[in-house]
Amino acid sequence: MNPASPERDGDPPHWADATPFDPRPLPVATAGAGGSFGRFWRRFRRHRLAHAAFWLLAVLYLVVVPFAEFIAPYGRDQRFPDAGHHPPQAVRLWGDDGLALPFVYPAAGTVDLDAMRRIYAEDRSRPQTLRFFCAGEPYRLLGLVETRARLFCAAEGGTVFLFGADALGRDLFSRVVFGARISLTVGLIGVAISFTLGVLFGSLAGFFGGWTDWTILRLVELLRSLPELPLWLALSAAIPATWPALSVFVGITVILGLLDWPGLALGVRAKVMQLREEDYAVAAAMMGASPRRILFRHLLPNFSSHLIASVTLAVPAMILGETALSFLGLGIREPLVSWGVLLNDAQDFSALSIYPWLLLPVVPVIVTVFAFNVLGDGLRDAADPYVQG
Amino acid sequence: MLGYAIRRLLAMIPALAAVSLLIFAVVELPPGDYLANEVQELQSQGEGAGAARVAFLRQEFSFDRPFLERYAIWAGLWPGPHGFDGLLQGEWGWSFVYAKPVADVLGDRIGLTALLNLATVLLVYLIAFPVGLMAARRPGGLVDIGAAGLSYLGLAIPSFLLALVLLSFAHAWFGLTIGGLVSPAYRDAPWSLAKAFDVAAHLVIPALVIALGSAGIMIRRLRANLLDEVNKPYVVAARARGIGEARLMTRYPLRLAFAPFVADIGNLLPSLVSGSVIVSVVLNLQTVGPVLLAALRAQDTFLAAFILLFTAVLTLAGMLVSDLILALLDPRVRLGQKARL
Repeated sequence: MNPASPERDGDPPHWADATPFDPRPLPVATAGAGGSFGRFWRRFRRHRLAHAAFWLLAVLYLVVVPFAEFIAPYGRDQRFPDAGHHPPQAVRLWGDDGLALPFVYPAAGTVDLDAMRRIYAEDRSRPQTLRFFCAGEPYRLLGLVETRARLFCAAEGGTVFLFGADALGRDLFSRVVFGARISLTVGLIGVAISFTLGVLFGSLAGFFGGWTDWTILRLVELLRSLPELPLWLALSAAIPATWPALSVFVGITVILGLLDWPGLALGVRAKVMQLREEDYAVAAAMMGASPRRILFRHLLPNFSSHLIASVTLAVPAMILGETALSFLGLGIREPLVSWGVLLNDAQDFSALSIYPWLLLPVVPVIVTVFAFNVLGDGLRDAADPYVQG
Repeated sequence: MLGYAIRRLLAMIPALAAVSLLIFAVVELPPGDYLANEVQELQSQGEGAGAARVAFLRQEFSFDRPFLERYAIWAGLWPGPHGFDGLLQGEWGWSFVYAKPVADVLGDRIGLTALLNLATVLLVYLIAFPVGLMAARRPGGLVDIGAAGLSYLGLAIPSFLLALVLLSFAHAWFGLTIGGLVSPAYRDAPWSLAKAFDVAAHLVIPALVIALGSAGIMIRRLRANLLDEVNKPYVVAARARGIGEARLMTRYPLRLAFAPFVADIGNLLPSLVSGSVIVSVVLNLQTVGPVLLAALRAQDTFLAAFILLFTAVLTLAGMLVSDLILALLDPRVRLGQKARL
């Protein structure tokens, strides 16, 4: 590519670029480029279902968890003594006079002394229009501002039990909303613990190799070969009955996180082993970078999108673990409410056949777990478009 | 092959030792023990004689020894008050709640638990193999999409919730009680052909409930493995030479895809056993699950420890079998070149 090439007669014309060679061209933006995160995000957005799951979870975590009091029409422990096992009230838009504002029909309860339960009869003559952005029981928004504002409430003197009520006459919908707070946070905190342990042990094993690797691998094998649930049960049973509910919550979260890291550690180990031989890692080591710097500055960012994907796929296991433990009565304890605690009521199977709505907390569990699985799959595909799982 | 099997069996010994130590530590984790609780209760009732009995029992069950010694006595590595009578000698220990030897408390439950888990594993294969094969034959086809939907659902619906929903619907719509593994008529009857059939009929629904999630994962794995193989040049070349589709698939792609399929069951076993424990509680099956829950609640140390160890051994044994089958299928494994695919 020398522009000063000599031309001789008879030779075909020699083509060369007249512009001088620039050894350091300025970067020019091309379509599809951008930071590695930008590429990752663009690939991810192509996954429609995963994208929808992302927004659903964003709403759950950023709206429902912090603003549970605002969304729930009633307080977590607010009881209606006359509404034990009140059936769900459907929100209707179509009444006797045609289209109307959202309303519910009230139900009057009478006690059936033979069956020892309340029988509810829907009263269609008195539709009760729901109120929106109304004043309910006072609470502290985000634990800071004293307010009475609620998203919706029942008509004056009426009730609204979207999911029915439990045996003590507490609104199940409100309790499901409050349960989301615990169930969803357990997933995040548990995963944070297992993530820390997994990255720590995985990178130690992969980076140093030798006996460190051997020891950690044996530990991983041991934990992976044990059925998780019985161990979780045994560990939760070890939490003293005298602990306050909040400490129990922390304890359960730690237990869930402590046993779940081996899978992540194996993935991190494999990646670190592969990457530490790369030239830039060797160069960094030669220049005297500490192992910590090489690991966290040079190696980890290379597979951070993988980490995000595996962490997302690990959250459902935590949520299901908490649900299972609380369902069996060894997890979160009242007065704290999680979806598993609510399902504990559904364990009484004779009650369940009479009050089937007690099973409704199953729905948010399944939706959340489904969303996390879809999201995790989408993230994994976006992180590594060449590997199809 | 024999060499590999022996090596693999020997590797079980340290694994079992580590697992049993871990389990014993976990079970002993709660402060106090069953007898200490009983002492408190007796003292609150003001019964001195009972307290003396408990003190005798504490010594009898060596609760007064340090942790490692207690473990060694339980495992049968160290002489207890009556010489060697631990797990290695076939003594499973004493259940305080039931006031019976653990072996008598569990009885049939051990066998039924193993049976339930075996049935579940077989069912996982029975579902995953044909469905995965058909899904891979026509990617994007009806079976493929259906299988993908099923596997997502299987992952999202935890087995115990599925069991609960099935249980309540079966009761509400058909008036059926699908709980239990044995009909009341056969409960105390000795084992006979009729009872075996009865148990088999009761096994189907619980096994299906537990298997569903894992079957979904296996379908996806088998499909992915097969699709990887099917697009390789040798398959294209064979097809170009006019080899029939069925022969084409079964000859090499299926054989290659089958090895990881077998190996994966080892990875899924822990979750299958976990599932069997909790589904047993929901459906009230005569397995070790419900007893484990009761034992943990009451701090019945030896009973809980034995059941935990049993579930772990069940998993380890399943992994051993899957590794041995894998070694039979794949010479690379038994020659020790590459551990797992």
